[in-house]
Amino acid sequence: MRLSELEKGDRATILKIETDASLKERLVSFGVARGSELTIEACSLGKQTIEIMVDDTLIGLRGEEASKIEVEKI
Amino acid sequence: MDSIKVVLAGQPNVGKSMLINAMSGSNALKVGNFSGVTVEKTEVCFEHHCHMLEMVDLPGTYSIRGFSQEEKVAHTYLLNEEYDVIINVLDSTHLQRNLLLTLELLKLNKKMVLALNMADEAKKEKLEIDVAQIEAITGIPTVLVSANSQEGVETLLERVHEVADAPQRINSNILYSNPVEEEILEIVNFLDAKGFKLRDLTSREIAIRLLFEDKDFYKELHEHPIMLELQPRIVASLEHIYTHHDTKNINDIKANEYIAIARGIRMETVKCKRNKGQKNSTQKIDAVLINKIFGIPIFLFLMWGLFQLTFKVGAIPMEYIDAGIGYFGDAVGGLIPNDEFRSLIVDGIIAGVGAVLLFLPNIIILYIGIALLETTGYMSRVAFLLDGFFHKFGLHGKSFIPLVTGFGCSVPAYMAARTLKSEKDRLITLFIIGFMSCGARLPIYVLFTGVFFGQEQAGSILFIIYIAGAMLGLVMAKLLRVVVFKGEDEPFVMEMPKYRMPSFALIWHTVKNQALGYLKKAGTFILLASMLIWFASAYPKQPLLAEHYAQKIEKVSDKELKLSLENELKLKTLEASYLGQIGKASEPFFAPLGFDWKMTVALEAGLAAKEVVVSTLGVLYAIGDDVDENSNSLAQQLKENVSFASAMAFIVFVMIYLPCLAASMVFAKEAGGYKYLAYLFIFTTVTAWVLSFVTYRILL
Repeated sequence: MRLSELEKGDRATILKIETDASLKERLVSFGVARGSELTIEACSLGKQTIEIMVDDTLIGLRGEEASKIEVEKI
Repeated sequence: MDSIKVVLAGQPNVGKSMLINAMSGSNALKVGNFSGVTVEKTEVCFEHHCHMLEMVDLPGTYSIRGFSQEEKVAHTYLLNEEYDVIINVLDSTHLQRNLLLTLELLKLNKKMVLALNMADEAKKEKLEIDVAQIEAITGIPTVLVSANSQEGVETLLERVHEVADAPQRINSNILYSNPVEEEILEIVNFLDAKGFKLRDLTSREIAIRLLFEDKDFYKELHEHPIMLELQPRIVASLEHIYTHHDTKNINDIKANEYIAIARGIRMETVKCKRNKGQKNSTQKIDAVLINKIFGIPIFLFLMWGLFQLTFKVGAIPMEYIDAGIGYFGDAVGGLIPNDEFRSLIVDGIIAGVGAVLLFLPNIIILYIGIALLETTGYMSRVAFLLDGFFHKFGLHGKSFIPLVTGFGCSVPAYMAARTLKSEKDRLITLFIIGFMSCGARLPIYVLFTGVFFGQEQAGSILFIIYIAGAMLGLVMAKLLRVVVFKGEDEPFVMEMPKYRMPSFALIWHTVKNQALGYLKKAGTFILLASMLIWFASAYPKQPLLAEHYAQKIEKVSDKELKLSLENELKLKTLEASYLGQIGKASEPFFAPLGFDWKMTVALEAGLAAKEVVVSTLGVLYAIGDDVDENSNSLAQQLKENVSFASAMAFIVFVMIYLPCLAASMVFAKEAGGYKYLAYLFIFTTVTAWVLSFVTYRILL
């Protein structure tokens, strides 16, 4: 399942991040990596952007980027 | 006196700048609550315990391995410059994420102190932090501080002294996962057996660098014969680690290890007494402010409110200032017997600088609004809300920050564009920042909307002007994206900082600095420009013309005819002046837009600074009058001399054309060369001319 398919309020664990190295590094520096748990906090209209919470940090992501992150719902 | 050079490093939004302020007691730095306020490194010096402390504030970075330009600034500095101590500033309420940077900094092998900032917030969130334990694990002296309440600031300074004086840094006790630790031990044993030493690194440190494939380190080790024997051992070790981590990507492995360590440290040292699952206040506020449906209307309402406030509340002190300047001019004029000199002082300097001072209230209110957006953390939410929309125009949600800063002043706006990683996104943003009307253009709009629409409607018209400028900017961005800057888009990933109550002191200092900057410009640059324009409008003298008219005036007896002749003389003199000559020469270019030569001159003077446009109009229109007291005001003069269509075309031109000299210089620097400035000049001038022309023709 993709992060972009989750709905507001869902919780999930990250399985795989399929982006280029520099974006992956940015995500890691936010604590977003394989095994991290996240909750979906908010979505903008049409899921153009998604706000997630990882380790007490709120992060804004574009839907496009979210579709490159594979997750498992918990 | 010895000096200690201290570098502050930390992630964005951890309060580094505020901590420097708290330590130095001065408030020299700008502090804000969104990623990337400190764009360039900033230095502050002060004395403490008989040492000169030199503080360098690096831009906040999530990592030091270069993602954006700011991270490059931080990385290059940390790696190549000479300094004594690093203060790694962390946000106590987000330790796990902040520790990731600490782990990277540890590898620099420098003396370091950890400052766990925002201790007061942690307390409020019921977090208990075991500082001694963090110190034991990381091996770095750690202090709990709060830049807000000054708690722990003195202790932090003392620890910096201690660390600076200590002969050696202490080794850390950070442990990796078991398989990695096993392999480290293996390599350490081998290195010790060979008695291999490199710089001041311990065998363990060497082993870690080898296993994580540190490129620079391999380069350094390349020449040593030991590599020959090390190689097969490393390959075997990596194989072992790969199987455990289920991937062959060493960067992923390193990331997982680091996150696990950071998580481990947090779990061991932070106790959270808050009930799990309970929403914090930021989440509650976000539920409203970035709501799917209400988010954007709320944002638009807030912006509209800000502009209303700027105009309506700003108008109150303006009246008094206007009256004060008029009174002051008369009073000073009465004291000066010499005609020439009086004209210079009253018509040149007081009229010019006064016209600029008049708008100080508007500008202060606008700056307060922007500072509020920054410090509360709302700015990042707006980027989140608008990214979908911006993205359609080929812009990035983060472009919003430089663009909205552009409403204040283009200079910091150009610099704020550095937060954009992709070169193309950055250039597009730079090119359209000018479309966001800066504070200095506000006086021109206020003047013209006040004259042609009246007080009641002026606020709304002003809002339309700003929105129209912004919309035009977006359209131009799309155009640039499609025609000039084609290619990949930058991903949108950004932290949404916690909402914070704006600190009064913070806003006060930000606004004070900007207002003082504006006044300083009025006192120096605009003073000079006013004198220059006065000179150009008063010289060369026309004795023949004056004599000719003097005879004519003497001959007629009708009072009204006399007056009209006098005015005719003034206008003729002005037209023959240097300023008139310049205006006349370029008039044909602006004639299709309905501008007379006075407006033309004002626009050209505006290339130096937008504030000069109003003061130039002030000087030019202040000359040809003495009919009665009321007509003294510039507004009255404009109403009589400028048609509605020309005025609107003028507003459109001002909206679009090149920003001031200072901003243009910064633009050239940020964009990477004067050739871009030439592009910008052509781009803006052509757009401004065409749209002004259209406006004029439609309204005529």
